[in-house]
Amino acid sequence: MTTMQKLLQLPVNAVNIVKTVQSQVQGQEEAKSPVLTPDSGQQTWYNALPDELRHLRSPSGTGGGGGGDQEERATLEEGGGGGGGSFQTQPLRHDDLKEMLDSNKDSLKLEAMKRIVAMIARGKNASDLFPAVVKNVACKNIEVKKLVYVYLVRYAEEQQDLALLSISTFQRGLKDPNQLIRASALRVLSSIRVTIIVPIMMLAIKEAASDMSPYVRKTAAHAIPKLYSLDPEQKDQLIEVIEKLLADKTTLVAGSVVMAFEEVCPERIDLIHKNYRKLCNLLIDVEEWGQVVIINMLTRYARTQFLNPNINESLLEEGGGGEKTFYASDEDEDEDEEKEKKAEAVTMAKRKPYVMDPDHRLLLRNTKPLLQSRNAAVVMAVAQLYFHLAPKAEIGVIAKALVRLLRSHSEVQYVVLQNVATMTIKRRGMFEPYLKSFYIRSTDPTQIKILKLEVLTNLANETNISTILREFQTYIKSMDKDFVAATIQAIGRCATNIGEVRDTCLNGLVQLLSNRDELVVAESVVVIKKLLQMQPEKHSDIIKHMAKLTDNIQVPMARASILWLIGEYCEHVPKIAPDVLRKMAKSFTNEEDIVKLQIINLAAKLYLTNSKQTKLLTQYVLNLAKYDQNYDIRDRARFIRQLIVPTEKSGALSKYAKKLFLALKPAPVLESPFKDRDHFQLGSLSHLLNAKAGGYQELPDWPEAAPDPSVRNVEVPEWTKCSSREKRKEKKVEKPFYSDSEGESGPTESADSESDSGSGSESGSGSEDSRSGSESDESKEASESEEEEEEEEEDLKKKKKKKNEEKQLKKPVQESESEQSSEEEVRKPERKSKQNKSESESESDEDEESESESSESESEDSEDSEAELKKKKKVAPPKPAFKAAKKENKKEKKEMSLLDLDDFEPAPSPQVTPVNTFLSNSLVTDLEGLSLSDAALMPATIAPSSALKSYELLHRITGEGLSVEYCFSRQPFSPDANMVAVQMHFTNNSTSDTKSLHMEDVKLQSGMRVKEFPEIELLPAGETATAVMGIDFCDSTQAANFQLCTHTRKFFVSIQPPVGELMRPFFMTENEFKKEQGQLMGMNEITEKLTLDVKCRNEHTIVQKVTTAANLSRVPCGSDKECSTPPPPPPPKHPIYRFAGRTVTSSSLVLVTVATKDEGAAQLTVNCEKMVIGTMLVKDILLALTQ
Amino acid sequence: MIHSLFLINASGDIFLEKHWKSVVSRSVCDYFFEAQERASEPENVPPVIPTPHHYLISVLRHRIYFVAVIQSEVPPLFVIEFLHRVVDTFQDYFGVCTEAAIKDNVVVVYELLEEMLDNGFPLATESNILKELIKPPTILRTMVNTITGSTNVGEQLPTGQLSVVPWRRTGVKYTNNEAYFDVVEEIDAIIDKSGSTITAEIQGVIDACVKLTGMPDLTLSFMNPRLLDDVSFHPCVRFKRWEAERILSFIPPDGNFRLLSYHVSSQNLVAIPVYVKHNITFREGSSQGRFDLTLGPKQTMGKVVESVLVSSQLPRGVLNVNLNPSQGTYTFDPVTKLLSWDVGKINPQKLPSLKGTMSLQAGASKPDENPTFNIQFKIQQMAISGLKVNRLDMYGEKYKPFKGIKYMTKAGKFQVRT
Repeated sequence: MTTMQKLLQLPVNAVNIVKTVQSQVQGQEEAKSPVLTPDSGQQTWYNALPDELRHLRSPSGTGGGGGGDQEERATLEEGGGGGGGSFQTQPLRHDDLKEMLDSNKDSLKLEAMKRIVAMIARGKNASDLFPAVVKNVACKNIEVKKLVYVYLVRYAEEQQDLALLSISTFQRGLKDPNQLIRASALRVLSSIRVTIIVPIMMLAIKEAASDMSPYVRKTAAHAIPKLYSLDPEQKDQLIEVIEKLLADKTTLVAGSVVMAFEEVCPERIDLIHKNYRKLCNLLIDVEEWGQVVIINMLTRYARTQFLNPNINESLLEEGGGGEKTFYASDEDEDEDEEKEKKAEAVTMAKRKPYVMDPDHRLLLRNTKPLLQSRNAAVVMAVAQLYFHLAPKAEIGVIAKALVRLLRSHSEVQYVVLQNVATMTIKRRGMFEPYLKSFYIRSTDPTQIKILKLEVLTNLANETNISTILREFQTYIKSMDKDFVAATIQAIGRCATNIGEVRDTCLNGLVQLLSNRDELVVAESVVVIKKLLQMQPEKHSDIIKHMAKLTDNIQVPMARASILWLIGEYCEHVPKIAPDVLRKMAKSFTNEEDIVKLQIINLAAKLYLTNSKQTKLLTQYVLNLAKYDQNYDIRDRARFIRQLIVPTEKSGALSKYAKKLFLALKPAPVLESPFKDRDHFQLGSLSHLLNAKAGGYQELPDWPEAAPDPSVRNVEVPEWTKCSSREKRKEKKVEKPFYSDSEGESGPTESADSESDSGSGSESGSGSEDSRSGSESDESKEASESEEEEEEEEEDLKKKKKKKNEEKQLKKPVQESESEQSSEEEVRKPERKSKQNKSESESESDEDEESESESSESESEDSEDSEAELKKKKKVAPPKPAFKAAKKENKKEKKEMSLLDLDDFEPAPSPQVTPVNTFLSNSLVTDLEGLSLSDAALMPATIAPSSALKSYELLHRITGEGLSVEYCFSRQPFSPDANMVAVQMHFTNNSTSDTKSLHMEDVKLQSGMRVKEFPEIELLPAGETATAVMGIDFCDSTQAANFQLCTHTRKFFVSIQPPVGELMRPFFMTENEFKKEQGQLMGMNEITEKLTLDVKCRNEHTIVQKVTTAANLSRVPCGSDKECSTPPPPPPPKHPIYRFAGRTVTSSSLVLVTVATKDEGAAQLTVNCEKMVIGTMLVKDILLALTQ
Repeated sequence: MIHSLFLINASGDIFLEKHWKSVVSRSVCDYFFEAQERASEPENVPPVIPTPHHYLISVLRHRIYFVAVIQSEVPPLFVIEFLHRVVDTFQDYFGVCTEAAIKDNVVVVYELLEEMLDNGFPLATESNILKELIKPPTILRTMVNTITGSTNVGEQLPTGQLSVVPWRRTGVKYTNNEAYFDVVEEIDAIIDKSGSTITAEIQGVIDACVKLTGMPDLTLSFMNPRLLDDVSFHPCVRFKRWEAERILSFIPPDGNFRLLSYHVSSQNLVAIPVYVKHNITFREGSSQGRFDLTLGPKQTMGKVVESVLVSSQLPRGVLNVNLNPSQGTYTFDPVTKLLSWDVGKINPQKLPSLKGTMSLQAGASKPDENPTFNIQFKIQQMAISGLKVNRLDMYGEKYKPFKGIKYMTKAGKFQVRT
């Protein structure tokens, strides 16, 4: 040690120190090495290092370094002469620290290290101490060691060569029996960013990845991205390690390895398959930071692997209930059909009628509890997962948690509000209940205020706009002027979005014009201007109003703005504008400059549009301006005079004066800045900045068809893709199936074609089928070879006509043919499954085939199937008959095949059946009203009336095949007169029977009561049943929640009555009506003006619309003049319609009056003791009458 | 993930920097300073600032900006939440989180940061684990350390991180076994001019101080758990049990921690414990304004409202005020226009009031806006939502612990608009 100390008193001699360190590190007797003698001279360590490296790489080979030393010495001496001078200049101010570091006492070393760390923390350069520090890497004292690590990690990159000296210590550490030492060694080793040790790191990581201790494995996972950033070429090897660690079953590792995955190979989504379920299940126990990373990754994964739950739902609804989605509206029919097929296929792919892949469900279920995490980042991660992946109905759960985050630090609020703002655009309803949580406090920072304002604006709708506007009113008085300006803009946006309040908003804004604050005025004017530009028909009113304001408003900015508006829209106020100009001309000299400029502007515009009246005024104004003190005004006046007053000297420009001044200014668009942000993954940095950040992984679009779900199976697959595919095929087969047999039985069938067509049609239609799975029928038709079409055209026409009638008749006769066809049937799916995979191939195949073979039956088949399809599409009524025929067909075929067993390949009858039922589901529902349902009707049921609107209680997807609809039958509920009768309509769409259908666990608001419907013991597959239950809603629109139970499942459902169903008709005469009405005045009377829709201005429709909206009866017209007395006298010009009813529970009178006026104008009056019911009823009836 | 961290004090000095990956020059903070200049108030600095090569994500706590430098896509909340966790840890370690405290303990800070992040990814953020790794500095320990040369860094490596209960260290021993729970509720409310409540919500937390030997397994049940509308838990709480039985079952971390925070739904009616009568008028044309403010108790369930503090930002036009409080003291800062009145207790017999005049700038027109009052208060021995702990049971250990529970109600963001 004495040698060492001596050494240190010399000017810094790196080589020596290096040597010392090495000797210390290796713990060998090298301390006495000759290199350590002072005569080695001054030397930069840069020269020395290659040799050092050799030592490091082959420590055993050099045998204690003897041979190497010789060489090294030579190098040193060589470099000694040149490098010396520069090194002497190195600052020596850290001498004391170096001394301390070299002392024997740990306490001194510690003190020195602490001072060094403090320097680093302050950003001071401590790199010159590197040699002195690095040799302490092997110090026994843990704290010293840790601080040395800190130092190393900070400076290793700058002094790579010296840093290498520490490495052997870490290598030894990696073998330590203590897991924590192994881990920390790996941690530091991987943190030293020195390229040359990449192979060592790689080795260490690989070893650590299979360490016994999960903690070490976790460290290995952390080390992966470090190595990757150091040397991206190691990617492949690293992916192997990641793959291995992904399979790890401990929660400790999961978060870290997914993080590594995200940094190194986010595109290798295939690595997740096998670990998906495990990750989902572990998630809740992973530490919070890991949860965030995993959830974000799984969001992306789910987007590539599962189907869009919302698309599916809407499409299935479309298929079942005929409800059109918005997709259907702008795309042509084939695409619709295709989608429908796809959706069907998806359902078919599952054994049970799940919409969702169970793995998809698993993810949603397992992330939901994390909404309760204390960590805002986790909550946000789950929220974005739900937003991007969950079915619409389930997204609501995240709102509460996000609102909770709003109580956190303002930075958290900021981020959460940004995301909420995006969400509210797509799913406003979700946050509506929490409207008040977004109210602004005066203490909020401005950026939070503005975001909250954004959310409030997005949430505004007809019902809450009045509260929001009231709230906005208080904001306008705020001291924070930026915020006030934002509020005014928000009001403008509310006004554009919600027609009802446009006038109120405009009036409010107009009032703001008299505000003392210029910013407020300017902002209001801008917003008013925008609003005016948007609805030109209303211009004149407001502009007139604003014109009046010019007398009172003194704020120059506002006056100027008003003048601009009048000038801009002078055509709408032709009488007022010149008058305003007159007034302004009078006060011209007293106005502020900006007002003067606008007066000139106005004068010019008026001169161009209405020169007769304003010529003199304009001249006068221009003359006044000519001698104004302000040169701007003088300039403007001169300019405008030249432009508008035609003189012989005036240039070409004056011709364009009108264009210049009266150019149409484009209407500004007021929309949320968050409108299209949701294409970024929510919660991401990119979303926040609305720009793609580096390393952002796009959230992929949902796949068109679900990729093979079996890839996630870890054990033996339960049901695989191919089985599902087969089923899908089966479904499609049906079209050619029927047409096949028909084609063969067709009149043009030749005897010998049978055998030929066997092979021909097989291959042909096979490929045809495979295409029909993915392509539209139209395209199929188009690709049909023309020759064939010509040949067959005639026949086809005939056949198309006959087909329907013949179908049922033909079958029994043509045994052999249908046999064959059934055989083909069976074979086709097999072929298809093959061909489906190579679609493009089969397409080209088909072309060839059709050319070469062109067998009659083939072309017929395809054509027929098309025709059939089209008919299905277009003509709804024949459908049932059609289907029935099909069913019949099948049965027969089975029998036939029994006769001729040889030809019959193992028929997929069990598979076919579900297919059938699936198809017939809709059929059954179609037929409901007909004979079929009669048998199922319960004695208590009331015949459904077509006028009644039915609501969905349970969708057949959520109900796993059971679908329930309900309607308010408007019949008195006999067991209890205070109850509203609700007629429920059950349909069992599943393949199995549903037993003991009953209700349970009724949750009601206080006072409400329910009379349950009698239990339905058995609802066979495909059957329907009807039951009636009674609910006493207590005259409120609170929902009645209960569970619908079958023998296997329970479904939470709720029935919420429209207000119109809470009453029953009550007969009274007109006089009685008027008398009662007289007693229900004041607070109990609600009046609304409305404009009747063009379509409902006659008596019949008005009465019908009102009675549909509410269960009321019309009050007959008495002797009143308004009434429509029998024929001769023409109906009164403005009839009044009256309706009466009583609420079900409290029997309060509900009186509705619709008084019509000119041109569809009408007044709606509702008198009801229950004000809430009254208000709601007004709204409902208003809606019914205006739409 | 997180590349570097800079701590910046109120005067704009970078007084600490830490890098987890390669060094990022501190000149990157210039973008931050720019944004800071643009923002009128310190809290208006945007939390996320994009720069050409990096993104700066910052939080402001205790007048210190914690600026994290990141380079690529990362959920911003992840970083923000982490930075807050760092501040919480500092506070836990040093009692306060001030520039001085951080500078004095720079080594511990560095050691902590080193443990909390590895390559920019959070490693150990649980205070129980950190305390095992790095012992918090105490006066005694500092003295002992200087004499004996022993260190702050734990000799034993932590076990918690490896156990099934990562938030609790093993081998905890106490002579007095105690478990205290504080139920603290805050009322957030906006009261409008006429005194009606526009919005009112109750935020509650249950903070625990558990000093129990061994591995106790606790269950805490409430008399009325239905009140809790939305809850978030410390990771130690078994979620399933709560879902099923509405019972909090957990193995507590050692020491202080927040067991639960909850929200009582806004659908429930919230009792507002104080009312404010105010009459603040500015007359047009006169340079005087009248100021009259009276506080009174309302729905306090017989408890005393104490530590009442009223503060308000008066309009800019107000030059000075001349007020007369019936109790307590008031201060007015003519520069920031901040009026604050330290009321103390509200005595229902003699309601505290603050009356007097405000002088306005001569000739200036009357201000449009009326000030908003922020009110702080405390009510001991009561949870305003009516939440009550039913019982606390301990399993897994033999001894009988001492159990205590305390209720308190505070004003959160309680504003009265005038």
